[in-house]
Amino acid sequence: MKTAMDEKKEYRGSIHQRQKDLMLAWYDQLDQAANSGNPPTVSMMISGNCVELLEGFGAVPLYPEVNALQLAIRHQSLDPILAAEDLGYAADNCAYVKADIGCILKGITPTGAKLPTPTLILCNFVGCNTYLKWFEHLAKLQQAPLYVIDVPFMRADEPSRSDIEYVVKQLQETVKKLEQLSGRKFDYDRFRQAVARSSRTEELWSQIKHLARRSPSPFDAYFDAITLMGPLYVYRARPEGVEFFEAALAELQAKADAHKGVYEQEHFRLVMEGPPPYPYFRAFRDMFAKWQACAVASTYSTVGGLWEFGFRHDPDHPFESVAMHMIAQNVTNRNFLQRYEQIRRYVEEWNADGVIIHFVKSCRLFSAGQGDMRDYFTKQLGIPTLYIESDLEDPRYFAEAQTKNRIDAFFEAMEYSKATASVRSYREGSA
Amino acid sequence: MFSELFERTFDNCSALHFPSVREWKLADPGRKVIAYFPVYAPVELIHAAGMLPVGLSGAGDRLDIQHADARFGSFICSIVKTTLEMGLAGHLEPFDGFLFSTICDSARNLCFVMKRNFPQMYVDFLHLPHNPSSPAAAQFLAEEYRRILTELERLGGEVDDGALHRSIALYNGNRALIRELYQLRSRSPQQVPTSELYQLIRLGNFLPVEQHTALLEATLAEFQSRNTKPRDSIRIVVEGSFCEQPPLTLIRLVEDAGCYIVDDDFVIGQSWFESDVPTEGDPLLTLAKSYLDRSVYSSVRHDFRKPRWDGLVDKVRRNQAGAVLFLIAKFCEPAYFDYVPYKQELDRAGIPHLQLEFEEKSFTFDRLRTEIETFVESLVFD
Repeated sequence: MKTAMDEKKEYRGSIHQRQKDLMLAWYDQLDQAANSGNPPTVSMMISGNCVELLEGFGAVPLYPEVNALQLAIRHQSLDPILAAEDLGYAADNCAYVKADIGCILKGITPTGAKLPTPTLILCNFVGCNTYLKWFEHLAKLQQAPLYVIDVPFMRADEPSRSDIEYVVKQLQETVKKLEQLSGRKFDYDRFRQAVARSSRTEELWSQIKHLARRSPSPFDAYFDAITLMGPLYVYRARPEGVEFFEAALAELQAKADAHKGVYEQEHFRLVMEGPPPYPYFRAFRDMFAKWQACAVASTYSTVGGLWEFGFRHDPDHPFESVAMHMIAQNVTNRNFLQRYEQIRRYVEEWNADGVIIHFVKSCRLFSAGQGDMRDYFTKQLGIPTLYIESDLEDPRYFAEAQTKNRIDAFFEAMEYSKATASVRSYREGSA
Repeated sequence: MFSELFERTFDNCSALHFPSVREWKLADPGRKVIAYFPVYAPVELIHAAGMLPVGLSGAGDRLDIQHADARFGSFICSIVKTTLEMGLAGHLEPFDGFLFSTICDSARNLCFVMKRNFPQMYVDFLHLPHNPSSPAAAQFLAEEYRRILTELERLGGEVDDGALHRSIALYNGNRALIRELYQLRSRSPQQVPTSELYQLIRLGNFLPVEQHTALLEATLAEFQSRNTKPRDSIRIVVEGSFCEQPPLTLIRLVEDAGCYIVDDDFVIGQSWFESDVPTEGDPLLTLAKSYLDRSVYSSVRHDFRKPRWDGLVDKVRRNQAGAVLFLIAKFCEPAYFDYVPYKQELDRAGIPHLQLEFEEKSFTFDRLRTEIETFVESLVFD
């Protein structure tokens, strides 16, 4: 049996290149907006974003988190982080925020393209308190107008009528605000069309996620899913998004039908919880590749929306379905126990061997209490669970050797229990 | 005389196993107690339901953490861990329920960790709005209060509008006295040492409001009658201790270093409203509107119509303070974030400031003392 294959491979299919092209085209649009003031741009948070609403204005979203992660993945996040710390931000503030603020201070952008001062800074507050602070600070720094959509947190299993009405009214207030600021009239039909396209993209995305239930999974539902997340948030409601996900599904479907997995042999199936360490993205992925361990599901890929359990935007109820998505159908606005349940379903329905919990110091929304989560999965459910700590943006918090040792030890223990289980079943079979 | 009384009562009330709460329950075992995590809670709802609202404020330095570190990991503030630890160690046994709200991400996750670990308890999460500009916010919050009240009624029996109005009036009285005490301190800080005032206000976390109001009245009279000579101290505002509370020793140390604390945000939930909540009309709607329009500024409340940094600068000017001392709990992200715009606006207004970090369980203060003394000296000899 192979125990420690030193497998380093290119994880790329043609969708990776298409994704890159789409994201560059997005930065081009932002550059154009920075130079000419057109199209209008709206800063938003990834979690539970309401990009469909922007389509009603032909406005382009600007996602500071995407900028921050692009920098980290290119190993360029430390300088802007230090610039923000010079301004007074603490070592223990979210490093996404620091990287973003630092970039604005230093005029750095991920591709070198210009970024516009947004027409509106729209804080879609979906659970993450840091979002509120971040966007307040951006509004102050950029002297741009701010509006907060206050989304009631999921304190019960389902949102109440009052929760939905509250969000719908705020969405309508946002429309008025954007009409004033952009000088454009809100096009309701275009909005409905965007909602319909989102629904189609979500169906495709959900089918892709369900392909990971096959063994072997044709893609890694953590590392590869992250590649697909950019187009999902920027282009979900546009024709390019639908086309992209049609192509992605076809490519992965063909792979699945040919029984091709991510690795030569899929040795372990995992559920991943928490954002990745972007500054060491490749090194981190290699730590799992070495064991031919494939993520079959991840919570991080549901930050922008949770679609694999059936939710879709609904063009017959566009405002209400946008509200439902913001309240109930993204992982950050769902409560911690709902996340336990989401992971439990993944383990069962996606047939996983274990759970990896990645604590990131920047994000207390994701990480505060993950020790309790581990307690639940190991003690209450008896599922092998590994807990590791680093950061999603700040390269100073990744202890490479230590992380690798812990991952190796986890898989060695899993190998051992798999081996003893097969000996046991052999004995029981021959008895 | 009063300072001894405070300390005795304070020690008793803030003891780990909540003796005063147990006593209150013992007097009538059918009564229920609801604990709320900082910062603000609509205590009127709990009171009107015949229950005792108790403000949790961590365990200070009185508890060794055995389990909670493993549950919450690194980089998480102390109060979140000590609250869970108190529960796991059985200290929260006198409570029938816990109420949390939208103050920060760690506290919110704690709510649901508590829910899993104490399934027999009523554990709820109150969504306080972050968009007061929306005309829909008041109605939403009133319905949120209605939802919580319905849960409380399930525990304790029906509540009518009359009971709610009476509770609002009682807490109005309590808050008005706190405002008066704060004003007196600002006018003549030599009569009202903050180390005493802080204990007095914090007692409101534990005592029934009727009892606390009586104590506030008596103490106000005592403070007013004092004839203490002013000393040569610097008037400062303390900002940043709205949730986890600094050790009392640290507050004393600040005063001993030559500071008059003329305003602060210690246990700020006790004095949340700037003016009385009306006692007419739909009480839940009135409370909701008051939250949106009558609240003090705070790092845990977001109102983009009125920036918090303007609130801080106003507070400094209103109190004729010469400086701001940021006392920030370690790993308190809302306070860390707010420090930046606060600092920028204070710099712009030419107001000196110093930032210090503490933990509720800190017990050595040498470094902090040196920093405060150096800061005071720099102001005196400026």
